[in-house]
Amino acid sequence: MSDVTQLIHQYLRHNKKFPHVFCPGCGHGIALGSLIRAVHGLSLSKDEVVVVAGIGCSGRIAVYVDFNTVHTTHGRALTFATGIKMASPKLKVICIMGDGDALAIGGNHLIHAARRNIGIAALVLNNNIYGMTGGQTSPTTPGGARTATSPYGALEKPFDLVDLARAAGANYVARGTVFQAHLLDRLISSAIERPGFNLVEVLTPCHTQYGRKNKFKNPVDMYQALKHAAVPREAWEHFSEAERKERIPVGVFVERDEPGLEERYRVMQAALLARPKAREALPEPNGHDPASTKAKLEGVES
Amino acid sequence: MPTPRSSRKKRKEVFALGAEAVAEGALLAGCSFYAGYPITPSSEIMETMASRLPRIRDGVFLQMEDEIASLGAVIGASLAGRKAMTATSGPGFSLMQEHIGYACMAETPLVVVNVMRGGPSTGLPTSPAQGDVQQARWGTHGDHSIIVLSASDTQECLHMTVTAFNMAEKYRTPVILLLDEVTAHTREKITLPLPGEFEVFNRVVPTMPPEWYKPFEETVRGVPPMPPIGSGYRFHVTGLTHDVNGFPTQRPDETVDLNHRLFRKIDQFFHDIQVVEEYQTRDAEVGVVAYGSVARSARYAVDQARARGIKAGLLKLGTLFPFPKAAALRLLSSCRAVIVPEMNMGQMSREVKRVNGGRSSVRTLNRVDGQIITPSEILKALTQV
Amino acid sequence: MTDRHKGLTEVVIYPAWCKGCGICAAFCPEKVIELDAEGKARAVRQEDCINCGFCELHCPDFAISVRTKEPGADPGTPGYKPPAKGK
Repeated sequence: MSDVTQLIHQYLRHNKKFPHVFCPGCGHGIALGSLIRAVHGLSLSKDEVVVVAGIGCSGRIAVYVDFNTVHTTHGRALTFATGIKMASPKLKVICIMGDGDALAIGGNHLIHAARRNIGIAALVLNNNIYGMTGGQTSPTTPGGARTATSPYGALEKPFDLVDLARAAGANYVARGTVFQAHLLDRLISSAIERPGFNLVEVLTPCHTQYGRKNKFKNPVDMYQALKHAAVPREAWEHFSEAERKERIPVGVFVERDEPGLEERYRVMQAALLARPKAREALPEPNGHDPASTKAKLEGVES
Repeated sequence: MPTPRSSRKKRKEVFALGAEAVAEGALLAGCSFYAGYPITPSSEIMETMASRLPRIRDGVFLQMEDEIASLGAVIGASLAGRKAMTATSGPGFSLMQEHIGYACMAETPLVVVNVMRGGPSTGLPTSPAQGDVQQARWGTHGDHSIIVLSASDTQECLHMTVTAFNMAEKYRTPVILLLDEVTAHTREKITLPLPGEFEVFNRVVPTMPPEWYKPFEETVRGVPPMPPIGSGYRFHVTGLTHDVNGFPTQRPDETVDLNHRLFRKIDQFFHDIQVVEEYQTRDAEVGVVAYGSVARSARYAVDQARARGIKAGLLKLGTLFPFPKAAALRLLSSCRAVIVPEMNMGQMSREVKRVNGGRSSVRTLNRVDGQIITPSEILKALTQV
Repeated sequence: MTDRHKGLTEVVIYPAWCKGCGICAAFCPEKVIELDAEGKARAVRQEDCINCGFCELHCPDFAISVRTKEPGADPGTPGYKPPAKGK
């Protein structure tokens, strides 16, 4: 085991202050560790990895890792990521979102990214609450749970992210928890490696905003509950209705192998460019090549 | 320097829509990425890009799920090193405000074309208006600096789009090009420039080793160099107030440094940014300040007024913001009256009045009925002052 | 990778990074780690560590490292060789 933490330290930004901003017992740090191990395990260079994050606690992960990182707007991380991937398909684009981020304000972008099957690994860190803004109800807050905006219990039904992503057409859909880091490593690794839109829902406890309002004494209590609730999908499928209550299946739910949008676009474009008549005969703008730009800039940039 | 072979080529003349000219200008400027959402009356720009970008090596066209996503994808592509744009109209432009602010904060070069239609809300989708002028300047939240351009005819659509890309790249800023429905939908003959006839500016990329690169460092121009994602310069981009390394900060000294630089990088180049055309203004006694399709009517009206012995002149604004104060003051100082005809309730006349300082009598001429302002209306105003 | 032999590894904790959430102490199968008076994790029974790696993987703050001791460094552990004399 001895290399795990040292390995992670190699991928953290040394000019950032640690410990990180997350509360004691927050699972986001464990998810961050899994992400780093997955990238390392795939032998990707730091330069080819782009981490695009939304707004919220999960959004803060981006600042700590020594990759290309983009901290975007609330709910829109997938739109930036789509632009980056289409503009530069060689990059490995990893999108980190929270549950409010991905499913409330960004719900439209999520289903369309899945429908397009754009080559992005999307990690949704689901802590069932809006943590950073002070513990308000999110689209994954369980029915009846107490939050700052549901002081008498949440009335709405939560989203099942796995079902949603499956229906929207994602290539790969998995669910893991931060209590099972080995499994999470494997799920994230697959999500990064496979073509198309690959989504991993990561269940990660938030004691500060969710647990304290819902009778969890401490973070450990929440990890105990997670340990009890998480069941491998294969076992869960054989459970009776009664056994399924309070349990959450984890593992891989969807494994399709369809090419990502960027690949389908490349094929279409290659076919077009192979037909000389269809090819655009634009006068090459004089500034297109960086060398000529450089000459122009002399005297502008001191 | 030997004469390039291309200079012997004849310039090509084509019959084009304003919208098509915008697409032509974008491609000439090196735009290789378009993401958008259909909306009248801007869809022709999107359709032209959908047809042409896939036929250019590396050209990417994307139809997104809404305007927020469109501008998000454009920002992503720009961060990845592309010259990128989107086009929209009023309601879509409202949705884009969030990401216009992000692009200001993260200093992302990009071009947003807004073909203005009647408003507010869904308004008059197929009629011209100029109601988004102040929104283009102040639409996104927070104090910020931004460049807003306009074009009045089809030829200008091409040139101003090239200019918009050049300014975006030079100043690392979003540039908004405001057209109106009439400008975008007028089909007329335009001349395509030959390569080398127009300047194309590409963003400055860092030339130091990555370890020494500070992505948001102060420079003489106030514009830090910008590498494409994946080129070895790994850094953090955020919409939060950030320090020179791109990391979030709340320190007052770093906050003020960033905010001041974002203004200064545009403020100190007013002379380069402010594009105006002064027509018959040298001896003008009555002036017109106009932009967009209204400027075409105004030019005609000035000619007619001159034929009647009225010394009229026109200041046509290519740049709306930063407001071309010096040119406006020249006109206001020499004219006893200045008319500002607009297809809104007086959004640009506010700027003219703001700089006037009692020099001249500023009159407004407004239409918000979805109809163009005709030369005869402006002529009438010129004869009455 | 997991070596269930006791005593081959040591648990190194960076107190400056530990936020005292208690996950490591609660789930350590051999109760190697406890929270000290300041609420920070401390390895109190190093010799019982079976190198399962749970604490290292599940420390949200990257504050724990389970390191392999030099093989045979301690008397009484497998592979221990007394240092050669005379050099």
